[in-house]
Amino acid sequence: MFAQITPTPTWYLLLAAVLFATGAVGVLVRRNPLVMFMCIELMLNAVNLSFVAMAKALGDIGGQTTVFFVLVVAAAEVVVGLGIIVSILRKRPNANADDLAELKG
Amino acid sequence: MQLFVFICGAAMILLGAVGVIVRSHPVHAALSLVLTLFGVAVLFVAQDAHFLAAVQVIVYGGAIVVLFLFVIMLLGVDRAESLRIDPVKVQRPLAAIVGLGLVGLIGGAIVQSRSTLRPRGDGIATATQARHDSNIKQLANDLFSNHVFAFEITSVLLVIAVVGTVLLARRPGRSGASDAPQASTGTKAGTT
Repeated sequence: MFAQITPTPTWYLLLAAVLFATGAVGVLVRRNPLVMFMCIELMLNAVNLSFVAMAKALGDIGGQTTVFFVLVVAAAEVVVGLGIIVSILRKRPNANADDLAELKG
Repeated sequence: MQLFVFICGAAMILLGAVGVIVRSHPVHAALSLVLTLFGVAVLFVAQDAHFLAAVQVIVYGGAIVVLFLFVIMLLGVDRAESLRIDPVKVQRPLAAIVGLGLVGLIGGAIVQSRSTLRPRGDGIATATQARHDSNIKQLANDLFSNHVFAFEITSVLLVIAVVGTVLLARRPGRSGASDAPQASTGTKAGTT
């Protein structure tokens, strides 16, 4: 009886919503810029998961193509973001998000 | 079986996500991120997105997390951050409210509109024993027919990202001063 239950797309979308909210809370709570960046990756993955669930539910391969582009843009974003973080943290080690409130270099 | 895979994948994703925001050590947070990314890859496979699951493991689990760990080790910020103190007093309760509100709003929208989720496209090809590459073929057909211009633009984006990062990460101003000692040690090593 338990084996007959198959997860519907709604389950995947709800899981993606929870993952997105977890990432958002992480961005709000954490102060280390690197960990905040990881939380942004969590949010991106939540959106990817819901895109794939939608592709399956609507029977349209376009959702998976979009996830492909999201992966590429996420890779470029991580490279640029980590470059900025490296150049900031090299000037002032152990800076957290509060110290970086001004955009002064 | 599908239910079992979903529960395992969801447990991996949620444990990893909570680990990212709870662990005080950045290296532990990065390793929790790996757990989440692998869980997402498991759920990709469960939904017939086999190519994306492979790309997820290679690009995210392989490249991006290694880049994170590399930056953590390079900058030497791998010491635990104290999470006991809350610098802004009301920040954590407010963040919890924002998180619960997001789950409530998005979840409500999903549950309310779930009856409109019915197949209207051509369908996703399921990989079988005989046609094991059907997902890759379908994805490639869509990518190289409907989205070929976006695919080409992607290469421009990657070039811009690489050039921009090289410019950002270069040490400005001190290039002459830092080059000279390296050159002298290089010639010394060459002569000896």
